[in-house]
Amino acid sequence: MSKIGNYKFLVLRRIVQICILLLFWGTNHFGWTVLKGNLSSAKVLDRFYLADPFAVLQILATGTIVSFDIIIGVVIVVIFYGLFVGRSFCSWVCPVNIVTDMAAYLRRKGLGGNKYLKLTRSARYYIIILSLIMTVILGVAAYEIINPIGFVVRGVVFGFGIGGTLLLVIFLFDLLVLKNGFCGHLCPVGGLYSLISRYRLLKVRLDNDKCSSCMDCKVVCPEVQVLGIVGKKSGNISQGECTNCGRCIEVCEDKALRFKLF
Amino acid sequence: MQNKSKISRSDLLKGLVKNGGLMMLGGLPWAAYVEENKEEEFVLRPPGAIKEDDFIKSCIKCGICVEECPYDTLKLAKASDDALTGTPFFTPREIPCYMCTDIPCVEACPTNSLLKDLVIDKESDKYNINKADMGVAVIDQNNCLAYWGIRCDACYRACPLMDEAITLDVKRNERTGKHAMMKPIINPDVCTGCGMCEHACITEKAAIFVLPKEKALGKVNNDYIKGWESEDENRIDSTNFYIDKNKVDKSTLDYLNDTESLLNDE
Repeated sequence: MSKIGNYKFLVLRRIVQICILLLFWGTNHFGWTVLKGNLSSAKVLDRFYLADPFAVLQILATGTIVSFDIIIGVVIVVIFYGLFVGRSFCSWVCPVNIVTDMAAYLRRKGLGGNKYLKLTRSARYYIIILSLIMTVILGVAAYEIINPIGFVVRGVVFGFGIGGTLLLVIFLFDLLVLKNGFCGHLCPVGGLYSLISRYRLLKVRLDNDKCSSCMDCKVVCPEVQVLGIVGKKSGNISQGECTNCGRCIEVCEDKALRFKLF
Repeated sequence: MQNKSKISRSDLLKGLVKNGGLMMLGGLPWAAYVEENKEEEFVLRPPGAIKEDDFIKSCIKCGICVEECPYDTLKLAKASDDALTGTPFFTPREIPCYMCTDIPCVEACPTNSLLKDLVIDKESDKYNINKADMGVAVIDQNNCLAYWGIRCDACYRACPLMDEAITLDVKRNERTGKHAMMKPIINPDVCTGCGMCEHACITEKAAIFVLPKEKALGKVNNDYIKGWESEDENRIDSTNFYIDKNKVDKSTLDYLNDTESLLNDE
């Protein structure tokens, strides 16, 4: 396999992630009308809205009735990710992923710290519950105030403030404290996408007859637990936590892994 | 059946206590930060904004209103700003609200945090920016040149509702004996809080400035009614302050004439 072919999904993901940021930025600076707003809620082509399900869930938890535009926006997002492409938001859209992937890469190169912290990957689901409890008690969307995705996208579109340092905190946390710490353990936005992505159409499929059990895929996978079947039996990677990033497919020398639609 | 459940009751309780404790460990500092971040009372919101408490609940922090604002008046709050992170606000001394007649910020809001009904004239069903209620201008009379007797009417001229929201009170200048004092007076019922006066004020730190109405204005309870204004009397009807609904059936006279209840000592 050629060197470029080894990174085709990675390159494609970075292009998609940066283009989306660029569209948000350009809309604000040059008056484009393609993608107005940010990842909390965006107006597409000046026609309809998209909305982040977790942000809307928190708004509902404050006891506020959301508008029809926003309900439609959430339904579109939930159907697109939940039924079709799964948790692809995390690896194809979210800009924090660029930073945490970088930290994971440096870790593999031996620059990172040890695993100082032992944390269950279910922590994100507890954080979802905690966010909603706090939202009900405090009367304001609790996670949206510390959401690093919000800080990054607002930073790119409207200018970075002190909140931009949160990105550095996440980078250092992932690099020095816990491997795949933020995206793979803590982030409740990714957690919610995981919860709705179980029955998606786009999945990674393993052909065990070709697999030589080299475990290269497990080295790069940000959610290793989803690759439990590798070296054991053929099948789909069906867990909702899989972000469909395609890194496992790229690194597989045996071509035992591929995307499958059904 | 008993073999099926591998977790004993004491393990379950321990787990609950442990995980509950962990959630509190993370949740309490987080809650403190959120609470600190939302407690801000001097923030000016865009036109058509609903009540501050409801506004911070419903705003999704998309920033579309900020992008729509043609004068870059609206800013999206950063973590270090006073307003709740990610919500829109404006600082009139820097850029005031220039009162667009088509109100693009309100038009664009997807969550109704900027509510069209608040800035629409019911009769004509069209936007009327003069219905905006962003705040109210107040004057520091000690530092206002016009109150010193120096001729300045910058705020009066800047006001988009000149002679309605700001009027000039012309008085004789007793100090010189031959000049006029032209003191600006604000009418809080008309003032929209756009802040063009604050922007125009010529003193180093503005002597006229906009505050949220919640902060700048007092409130009279129903003990005091302007009897000479029929509209003000409506305030009585809108409350149950004077009327105990359980007793309205009988008048005071009925009570005095009701001998039966006086005799029957129930």
